[in-house]
Amino acid sequence: MKSPDDFRSRIEQQRPYLLRYARLQLRDRDAAEDAVQETLLAALRGEAGVAGRSDLRTWLTGILKHKIVDAVRRASRDSAVSLDAEDEAGELHELFDARGHWAARPTSWDHPDAALEQAQFFAVLETCLQQLPVKTARAFMMREHMGLDTEDICKELGITATNCWVMLYRARMALRLCLEGRWLGAQEPPRK
Amino acid sequence: MKLMLTCREATRLASEGLDRELGFGERVALRMHLAICRGCTTFDRQMKFLREAVTRLADSERSPES
Repeated sequence: MKSPDDFRSRIEQQRPYLLRYARLQLRDRDAAEDAVQETLLAALRGEAGVAGRSDLRTWLTGILKHKIVDAVRRASRDSAVSLDAEDEAGELHELFDARGHWAARPTSWDHPDAALEQAQFFAVLETCLQQLPVKTARAFMMREHMGLDTEDICKELGITATNCWVMLYRARMALRLCLEGRWLGAQEPPRK
Repeated sequence: MKLMLTCREATRLASEGLDRELGFGERVALRMHLAICRGCTTFDRQMKFLREAVTRLADSERSPES
């Protein structure tokens, strides 16, 4: 038999992870803390639901995702106007020549798997993510960090599917460039 | 869907393939392009790596110094 205090301390242990998870999407410490707080409260109320579950973190993250989506929805509503003016991907045009071919061909990254073992790599990745325009980053993280469908992302952000795909494409292009410049390309430049 | 893609179009499709199911014509066109274009093949691989990296991001604060 487990006491309620035991359950409480077990979910409390997950707080740092949940905070980090929320902050990656929301980019706002206060909003992230609110979402995590709501999640932990909901978890305490729904303790029965977790009885048979082996993975507490997965269960809590599932609750947290809903709270984050709520927060994103509120944020999108508040800032809908100002963000519509977001850049029209000017810099991406320079990646291709007039005929649509690479202006500078991507160089292949050697041993990217090794990067995934290094904390420093993730710090660089986070920096690159922070450099994305707000709305682009929001869509990208909803897709890749939270694993939502584009359909849901469109709905929450109030954009069309095509718009969403373009935004995700732009985010990936920008992140690739940023990572190449700051990490993977810089490690060992394989010029061929 | 035309058969010969430019790199700009191919990268766009490679990206969209991560977000929606591509149509048959799109898949064929993309595969044909990747077969002859090293730059876009590299790009395609990097996009998959990026996905993997972001997926692991939340877990990445295991050991700050290592």
